[in-house]
Amino acid sequence: MNTQEALEIVSQTHSGMVRSHNEDSVVYDASCGLAVLADGMGGYNAGEVASGITISVMSTEIKHRLGSVRPEDKNESGEDVGVVLLRENVKKANAAIFNASQSQPQYAGMGTTVVSALFYDNRVAVAHVGDSRMYRLRGDSFETITRDHSLLQEQIDGGMISKQDARLSRNKNLVTRAVGIDAEVEVETHVHEVQVGDVYLLCSDGLNDMVEDEEIGTTLGMLKANLPLAAGQLIELANDNGGRDNVSVILVKINGDFAAPRGWLAKLLSWLKS
Amino acid sequence: MAKLILSMEGVVLHEYPLDKERMTIGRKPHNDVVIDNLAVSGEHASIVTILNDSFLEDMDSTNGVMVNGVGIKKHFLQTNDVIEIGKYKLKYINEQQAPQATTEDFERTMVMRAPVKPQAGVPSASAAEASGMASVRTPPASPAPAATGLGAAPTPQAITPPPAQPASAQPAPQPRAAVPVGALQILSGPNAGRELDLVKSLTTLGKPGVQVAVLTRRPHGYFITHVEGANYPSLNGKVLNEQPHQLNNHDIIELAGIKMEFYLKD
Repeated sequence: MNTQEALEIVSQTHSGMVRSHNEDSVVYDASCGLAVLADGMGGYNAGEVASGITISVMSTEIKHRLGSVRPEDKNESGEDVGVVLLRENVKKANAAIFNASQSQPQYAGMGTTVVSALFYDNRVAVAHVGDSRMYRLRGDSFETITRDHSLLQEQIDGGMISKQDARLSRNKNLVTRAVGIDAEVEVETHVHEVQVGDVYLLCSDGLNDMVEDEEIGTTLGMLKANLPLAAGQLIELANDNGGRDNVSVILVKINGDFAAPRGWLAKLLSWLKS
Repeated sequence: MAKLILSMEGVVLHEYPLDKERMTIGRKPHNDVVIDNLAVSGEHASIVTILNDSFLEDMDSTNGVMVNGVGIKKHFLQTNDVIEIGKYKLKYINEQQAPQATTEDFERTMVMRAPVKPQAGVPSASAAEASGMASVRTPPASPAPAATGLGAAPTPQAITPPPAQPASAQPAPQPRAAVPVGALQILSGPNAGRELDLVKSLTTLGKPGVQVAVLTRRPHGYFITHVEGANYPSLNGKVLNEQPHQLNNHDIIELAGIKMEFYLKD
């Protein structure tokens, strides 16, 4: 099965109940297994510009590169090509945003968080910067598979503040890394095995700041049979709880096996089909 | 800035701003908050403040530290917490509003780093205010596309964001405490007569894979929405479509051949 058949992807984004415009940007494409979500920041429209540059660079470049490379192959240092594609293109977006902010005074200091996923060969490569998250629902267990680059996460890791108390913190909105604010950016990447039936959620902090993880997990568990409804329900929950920030979600459900074709015959057949 | 108000038996003795990253409380004179009383250890407790959050820690004192009547070793201070050390009370006041009520400017995500240019990207409230004001003065000319479909994908999957709610026109709705609790009474089938309180924000009805509907509890009432299955539930004899429908008191829902009544409890 190719990713187009194996993956069901839906997305919704909303400006929330307080903000007048939406600085989040999302893009996805089941045919190449890509999902990218960016939460922009910066005065004016700069936040939208930064998140918009990120999704357009990542989607165009990765889609183009996938025409000539296979994400499941390894590069010289033994890394999946899929991981390298994500990392290199977050860096490319970083350079594009940084250069724009250097040359246009109204964009000075703009930046964005990003969480991106590339599904291939029953795996998912995940790259992220900042506090946009990816969660996984597998059976009854719902957990984050990214770790925020934020002051609060550092405090939790340092044992300074418990996960329960973290909701009370007034330092929630401070990220320690972002795309586009410096000439270089450090991108965190991981590869996870994927199982049929998994549901992945990529979201901006407008969701997880307003809705408890447990409630997000319950909602997904109950509504995963109807993915568009689940996405709408998550946005509704965030807005019903105050909707203080833009809120965006991408949901990816694994409906089938998508192992890469192996052996010359399988590759030939898959090439003939495409 | 957060502060501590020292009092004994209801008489305010002193006020201490939490203006250092680490402040100590104790009997010895080198402490930032000195309480000269034999019940207080030489170095009794410390408070570490990181930006807007303060953390209290007992420094192995002889007589311990209580916060709001409970003994603690370590505590994340919240405004109006009362720290008790012997007969003395220290009230913690953090004037920056709690997350619940902060203004938009304080909530904007900011990056902790040195600015690119002196006037921009400063992670401080004043910079956020400036940018907030700028966006008020200059409304966006056209809503930037918040989502883009990828090139000529087989199925164009661009997402259209729902129309933005005007920012100030509508106050943020109250959390869902105000809704009276609804309940379902099953009227037919093997479980006839059973009642189900709808206390959670979501309740699903039906059999997964066959027919499922969800009841959602929202600030302005309860809604029913079809989730899966070829057949749709009916409400008061009328078959529903894909859209959510608000439930009124004593509505009759029929799903997979089972009838049930929705009602609001007082």
